[in-house]
Amino acid sequence: MIEIKNLHKSYTMGNNSLHVLKGLDFKVAQGELISIMGSSGSGKSTLLNILGMLDEADEGTYTLDGVPIKNLNEKIAARYRNKFLGFIFQSFNLISYKNALDNVALPLYYQGVKRRERLDIAMSYLEKVGLVNWAGHLPNELSGGQKQRVAIARALASNPKVLLADEPTGALDSQTSNEVMDLIQGINDEGRTILIVTHEHDIAQMTKRIVTLKDGVITDDTKVNQVRALSNV
Amino acid sequence: MFDVERWQEIFEAISKNKLRTFLTGLSVASGIFILVILLGIGEGMRNGISSEFENDAANILYLWTGATSKEYKGLNPGRIITLKNDDYNFITSKYEDELEYKSSIYRIWNGIVNYNKESGSYRVEGVWPDYQFLENAGMVNGRFINYKDHENFEKVVVLGNKVKSDLFKNGENPVGKYVQISNINFKVIGVFSDPGGEREESRVFLPLSTSQRVFNGGNDIRNLAFTLHKEDNFEDALAASEKFSSELESHLKVKYSIAPDDTRAITINNSLENAKRFYDLMNMIKFFFWGVGICTIIAGIVGVSNIMLIIVKERTREIGIRKALGAEPLSIIVMVLHESIFVTTIAGFTGLIFSLALLEFVGPLIETQYISNPSINFSVAITTVFILVIAGAIAGFFPAWKAARIKPIDALRNE
Repeated sequence: MIEIKNLHKSYTMGNNSLHVLKGLDFKVAQGELISIMGSSGSGKSTLLNILGMLDEADEGTYTLDGVPIKNLNEKIAARYRNKFLGFIFQSFNLISYKNALDNVALPLYYQGVKRRERLDIAMSYLEKVGLVNWAGHLPNELSGGQKQRVAIARALASNPKVLLADEPTGALDSQTSNEVMDLIQGINDEGRTILIVTHEHDIAQMTKRIVTLKDGVITDDTKVNQVRALSNV
Repeated sequence: MFDVERWQEIFEAISKNKLRTFLTGLSVASGIFILVILLGIGEGMRNGISSEFENDAANILYLWTGATSKEYKGLNPGRIITLKNDDYNFITSKYEDELEYKSSIYRIWNGIVNYNKESGSYRVEGVWPDYQFLENAGMVNGRFINYKDHENFEKVVVLGNKVKSDLFKNGENPVGKYVQISNINFKVIGVFSDPGGEREESRVFLPLSTSQRVFNGGNDIRNLAFTLHKEDNFEDALAASEKFSSELESHLKVKYSIAPDDTRAITINNSLENAKRFYDLMNMIKFFFWGVGICTIIAGIVGVSNIMLIIVKERTREIGIRKALGAEPLSIIVMVLHESIFVTTIAGFTGLIFSLALLEFVGPLIETQYISNPSINFSVAITTVFILVIAGAIAGFFPAWKAARIKPIDALRNE
């Protein structure tokens, strides 16, 4: 599903060049649930941004579902993001003046889906995350866990190949974290590929494979026995 | 254009910042208001000045003579130049093809005109039939002088409206009645009105031949008045009249041995030249008004642009989210432009409607010498509407451009 080879990325800050990713090689198969771990500054967020086409690598190749991702202009990047990827953020990033349903429907708007159809689809995903009764609520009327569930529904709405989650439970207490992870595991069980960036070990244990980054290189890449989130509740 | 979602977003954004949007709109509205009012006043000045020129045919050339002011060919200055019928006949036959209306004039300034017990002192002018058109005179009653009156030395008179109301107090129809001018009976054949108002209507016209005979004028004439055939445009008309005027002047100067640089002996008033001066002035004023108005609108645009920049800044994160979800840069540009055009158009229309209402209701009340009925025509109103939409687009363009260039990664990092 995802294949990167010899990926390099450096940032220049003033006169200093900061080499963040130093030649990553990495493959993700269909249906995997992977956590990317590492301390801050290890390059895990940069990797996720490159995978999410929010940033571009300096060197190396990136293939997503057989499509080489290179020389992206903004328009194509936007189209690929919309088609291939779903994002889940630590701070949810819901649009504050839109209700839950409209937030979920937004990716479909950019796909050009008609309003009525779009709202139908959005409602079905809200149902999936168990928030049908909150469809008309604005984000600030929802709890953190609910917001993240709305965000997950939104990430799923465009039916993407890969979900990219950046510290999805970073802003949540442990019980809510488990609920969200349960939801993510459930989505993975249906066969969707998911990458999670996290620095929490217990969250990482709930995935199927842990990739550890340190100083821009992969130091460890092991499959783990998945811990079901529900068993922690 | 009709996209429920985008409209919703605009209303959403506006309703979150009612006061700010209102103040921004106010600057655009007042810009348009000022522009339209200025243009209205410009139009009023045009109307006012045009009505000043309605007194006579617009392209009239008026020639009068005086005393020479320079010694020439051994002749002393101070000679009174008096034109003769021959001069008129020569000029009219030589320029037969160019001239549209023509008349020579014999005049006495203070002719006493009586009817029964009423009397008054008026300008009495002996003229040719064409003079009606040269003066832009309209007939209220009866007819103007014709060539037959002229040939037969008929003692007939055409009264100005003012003269008629002075002498015929009880409102009777003067046509067919007799009035005395310098104690000689003249039959009234018509009453004329003149757009120049009372001053121009305080005159009476006689046939030229009659006036010369009755007032011992002999062959003398005091003035010449001509109009040339109309040309397609103002420039051609002006050139033709200047050519005619200079030829006329040099012909008469040679004939009466007047120094070529003597400006007193013969004076030609070319109304077209006067008109040109006024039209030039008016164009300048109009230009100036547009300039001031546009500058005011620019101030408004800058305001809108500023606000849109702030809005974009505020919504950086939202724009980042949208981009992460697959919004193309174009859709972001359209979103910002749409809002900006919407705000300027609504505000601008408000200003337009207020100013039009003001011109509509107050305009007709304004009636001074140089401004009459300030108003604005449809095409100018449409132009300002176009200006508005363009202004909105310009105001929104830079913020939209900025928004489109926001990188989602930076926007999302922006906590």
